[in-house]
Amino acid sequence: MASIRQNAYPDLLPDFRNLAVMARVLLAVNGAALAASLYAAPELSDALERFVQAAAFLEPLLLVALLALFAFSPWLARLPYAAGCAAVVAAVVALAGLYHVATVSIVPDIAPSLVRTLLLAGLLAASLLAYFRLHTKAYSPALAEARLQALQARIRPHFLFNSLNAVLALIRRDPRRAERSLEDLADLFRTLMSDARQFVRLADEIALLERYAAIEHLRLGDRLRITWDLDSAPPDALLPALVLQPLLENAIYHGVEPGTAAGDVLVQIGRRGDRVHAVIENPYIEAEQRRAGNRMALENVRERLALFFDAEARLDARVLGERYRIDIEIPYRAARP
Amino acid sequence: MMRIFIADDEAPARDRLKVLLGDIAPELPTTVVGEAKNGLEALEALPASGADVVLLDIQMPGMGGLELARHLAGLERAPAVVFVTAHDRHAVEAFELNALDYLLKPVRAERLAAALRKAASEGPAPREQLARAAQAPREYLSVVERSRIVLVPVRDIIFLRAEQKYVTVRTREREHLVEESLVALEREFSGPFVRIHRNCLVARAAIRGFERATGSDDVHWQVVVDGLAERLPVSRRQWPLVREQIADQ
Repeated sequence: MASIRQNAYPDLLPDFRNLAVMARVLLAVNGAALAASLYAAPELSDALERFVQAAAFLEPLLLVALLALFAFSPWLARLPYAAGCAAVVAAVVALAGLYHVATVSIVPDIAPSLVRTLLLAGLLAASLLAYFRLHTKAYSPALAEARLQALQARIRPHFLFNSLNAVLALIRRDPRRAERSLEDLADLFRTLMSDARQFVRLADEIALLERYAAIEHLRLGDRLRITWDLDSAPPDALLPALVLQPLLENAIYHGVEPGTAAGDVLVQIGRRGDRVHAVIENPYIEAEQRRAGNRMALENVRERLALFFDAEARLDARVLGERYRIDIEIPYRAARP
Repeated sequence: MMRIFIADDEAPARDRLKVLLGDIAPELPTTVVGEAKNGLEALEALPASGADVVLLDIQMPGMGGLELARHLAGLERAPAVVFVTAHDRHAVEAFELNALDYLLKPVRAERLAAALRKAASEGPAPREQLARAAQAPREYLSVVERSRIVLVPVRDIIFLRAEQKYVTVRTREREHLVEESLVALEREFSGPFVRIHRNCLVARAAIRGFERATGSDDVHWQVVVDGLAERLPVSRRQWPLVREQIADQ
């Protein structure tokens, strides 16, 4: 196909296993039912009664539909977007049909018309899918930006030329270490040029952190002291690419480089129940506030976490005395072995 | 033999420069007389090192290369300065504009040799030229005392007063004399200082209040400053401006 793709990030179905997505569906459907009751009832007092009636019919169906979507979520995610949407709408309509027939056989008066139930179910499912598509679209610039920013940060002459300079200094004295550093640099660039939309395994993101740290160590020597606390980090956890590396880079750029003394950076990643918790901590240098620019990286990571995990992810950044600390929490999802 | 001083916060970068100096030694013999890993260290060690040329990284913790160069320019035997930078686009523009020599990292041997020759023949850049290339006000003023550079943090200064040829720099503890013009100082530190008189700038943060002066025809108000008994006269001309500016705080 010769045409230029306008949208580098194709549409995706919502993650039906995300609690926030489920909450949005529950709220929207009940909201619609309430609106319909208000519209249909002549008096406000009747409306509440109608709503309770509607809810009694609606709620079990809604829960069954959500359960079904939860169960088939991985399979649905593998379909092309249009087919996925069709499958979701078809599934909801089919469930609604079965449910209608079943309930009417028990309580004949609960819902008057099968056609109406099917139409309503289909319409609601389709509108919710449209809503989630818009919701994702609102965040998608963050994805394009993440890649660009990460690339720009790395191609930022500060990092690139200083690293090359450091490697040049090594070539005669310690050729093996120079080789390793160039390999690290190549790996780093390869990851940066890959797709920021992907999920990666935590083990791979940690390997990236270590390569990046090795290059910074080469430049900064003893001034950079990193404490790694990764013993309880689940290697198979999935997280969006380039979430931790830009934050470690911020920590070094703002917390270690401008200081005359050695700077201690802490990288702590672990699992607590069904959550993965990461901490990145660096010295807080007040005079450093004028070297701006990297707040953007933080905002971008925040936006992408919201996009991938909705309300299930958390990112806090704060100054604690003489330390600057970032806390990230995401739900633990294991990669398929 | 040309004596070289190297100031860079990254050890590999200093090593690289030394290797290159070795490479160009057959055509341009040099000796490295000192190294420093930040601006303050360089300021400490450089005057006694007898360096002819200093290779100065621009972005260093403690004190950047540009400010360092401005303090060095006060030395009687000031070294010539060659700036080295990996990236700073704004600094590079300022160097170009003010005809200051610089090298880009990674540095090439030929460029290094050319810059050293040029530096040796042209000598240190004049202070004014360095001041024009600066993009931020200095964090220190400096005084040379017995061929040592003494730094006076700008945030400790209470007032600056022009005397005949010098400017008196008053801190809570003591006075220094610097060879600079009050006009240039006013321009550089227009944020933290306010002019109260033709010959005097006061740190805004040090102003505690105003008092009416008695007995003089020319002076109506004087400034009460933090930590000093001395009162500083506000000229009739500056008074409305001072009052307005201080009221804004």
